[in-house]
Amino acid sequence: MNNMKLNLFLLALALLAPTVLYPVFLAKVLCFALFACAFNLLLGFAGLLSFGHAAFLGTGGYVTGYLMINSGLTPEIAIILGTLAGGLLGAIFGKLAVKREGIYFAMVTLALAQLVFFFYLQAPFTNGEDGLQGVPRGALFGLIDLSNNMVMYYFVLTIFVAGYWLINRTVHSPFGQVLKAIRENEDRATSLGYDVNQYKWLAFVISAALAALAGSTKTLVFELASLTDVHWHMSGEVILMTLVGGVGTIFGPLLGAGFIVTMQNYLSGGEMGNYIHIIMGAVFVICVLSFRSGIVGQLMKFKRNNF
Amino acid sequence: MKKTNRTLLSAVVSGAIAATIACSAQATTDGQVKLGILADMGGTYADICGSGCVIAAEMAIEDFGGNVLGKPIEMVSADSQLKPDVASAIARKWVEDEGVDAIGGLVSSAVSGAVSKVNADSKNITLISGSASNTFTTKTCSPYNVHWTYNVVALANGTVKPMVQAGKKKWFFITADYSFGHALEGMASKVINENGGEVLGNVRAPLGTTDFSSYILQAQASGADVVALANAGNDTVNALKAAAEFGLTEQMDVAGLLVFTPNAQAMDPATAGGMRLTSGFYWDMDDETRQWSKRFEQRHGAIPSMIHAGVYSVTMHYLNAVKAAGTDDTDTVMKTMKATKPNDFFARNATLRPDGRMVHDMLYVEIKKKDERKDKNDIYKIIKVIPGDEAYSPMLPQCNFS
Repeated sequence: MNNMKLNLFLLALALLAPTVLYPVFLAKVLCFALFACAFNLLLGFAGLLSFGHAAFLGTGGYVTGYLMINSGLTPEIAIILGTLAGGLLGAIFGKLAVKREGIYFAMVTLALAQLVFFFYLQAPFTNGEDGLQGVPRGALFGLIDLSNNMVMYYFVLTIFVAGYWLINRTVHSPFGQVLKAIRENEDRATSLGYDVNQYKWLAFVISAALAALAGSTKTLVFELASLTDVHWHMSGEVILMTLVGGVGTIFGPLLGAGFIVTMQNYLSGGEMGNYIHIIMGAVFVICVLSFRSGIVGQLMKFKRNNF
Repeated sequence: MKKTNRTLLSAVVSGAIAATIACSAQATTDGQVKLGILADMGGTYADICGSGCVIAAEMAIEDFGGNVLGKPIEMVSADSQLKPDVASAIARKWVEDEGVDAIGGLVSSAVSGAVSKVNADSKNITLISGSASNTFTTKTCSPYNVHWTYNVVALANGTVKPMVQAGKKKWFFITADYSFGHALEGMASKVINENGGEVLGNVRAPLGTTDFSSYILQAQASGADVVALANAGNDTVNALKAAAEFGLTEQMDVAGLLVFTPNAQAMDPATAGGMRLTSGFYWDMDDETRQWSKRFEQRHGAIPSMIHAGVYSVTMHYLNAVKAAGTDDTDTVMKTMKATKPNDFFARNATLRPDGRMVHDMLYVEIKKKDERKDKNDIYKIIKVIPGDEAYSPMLPQCNFS
């Protein structure tokens, strides 16, 4: 019940926020929050550390961008196709990666993601370092013009809420319980008769598809798909977001994404611009050393101990 | 309980919708001139348009008097990190949320392309000083683009043509893999073919490559007369270093198609000496350039590259146009800018064409060998001045925004 109230409070906040803050910035926060939530589904609930999630974010972005520029499809179809493309890639990568565990799983996903990065770097339709520029936002269902930032923001919010709901639903379903069982003790889950690899694979595919959804949406918001989204830095950034917010919690990635994106946004201008990577590194080190459960995890611990 | 939740939800939603009646900002005509400078503060191009570009723009604002239309001129700056997505996000925030009128600096064609797209939509002026691709006044031309300093056409005409005519017929390219590199390679190949030469092959290296050895080996195996470096900044420096290590510089000619003074300074004179190239500006050309460059050097700690000088020149021209027009309305200012001939220490015999291309005299220079140099800033020997009309290609009819 408490969670429900908190959700409603956050939704109200999200609905009212663009009157005060710049809508494109908020839309960016939401895209990254969805990306981090998708990643958290894998790391926090199935215990799988993927180091190649940028590949899915980027694939969603490139597919959607390419379709919007070249095919004249409406944005919702382009987003769905981008999401499917990311899910398909995730299905292939997942099949290969879930055969390994721990650090090897991370290395396999990183290697595959690097393959994808160099593919997008060299493929003629991505325009190399330029990226796909000037992606039209189009009109939703052919009716609602998305070029207005406010309208775009509410569209992104709708997508985010849908994705967030799906993750929430997955986590609290019997499927989610099995994932947690696998995270806690894989051998025991196997001995109980669960096909562990199949469960991991499915979690991987859902996570990849949702990451691609975030990428597709981001491309429409910024009217641009670029190599930044497929670079391994992005895979690292999403880990940072999730860890700072609180891995394995529902709200953690949301808060983490908001925190990191805000930091990048407000520190990138002026004198501090040169030190942004140092500051982010320091935040990461402090987080890992002193509060491993992240901001939300720490708050929850505080609440448990004191109330 | 369920019911209260539902009423709560509907109250929230309707309240929010009532509160947010959309209003989006367009180009501002508020009489307040605000400039944005996007530069590369810590990347491959930091030496040629990093903090130096910000200083050059500051100098222009100070020299102008600091005020226009009765209000102080404001300036913001940011690090594009050479990423088009970062640049596009910053530009969007500047013009939509912070009332920026014009964005300058802009090194890397990928960054300029992204910013020019944003500005074309919101009707704000893009003052491109640092990028080379000619796309901003051809394929992706816009009434709000102003392209200063140089472009790939001028570089190809200036550097490649004399070499082909001197008998260097077979070429191989090491190209930076983004719009600038592709445009430069394409333009240079065209000039080579037109003058009876041939291109044997090319290899594309990502921006910011540090290890060029595999590319150099491919170039070495190609059997070309000239290996052309269609890249810039530290990429050129690193490529030339690798070329010298592999002995390539002794077997064939290496032509740096775009070399900036800070990079020429960083290269070993033993390998770079004698290399000929095209530049839009050289600090030691005459008294006017020396005077400005000394002032710049005092503040920046290094001699200016052509981009630094270009940023100063275009900022000055923009501010003069705002003053003459008496408004910061984009269309009026653009018209005034194109109607007045730019004329300062940088822009010689210059015109700003209706397509946004600033045509001015270019310099054909040679990098001095070690024994020819008086001090560390004595880098180029000017061979000849290339008149603007010879260096730049004519205007396309579809880009005539007069």
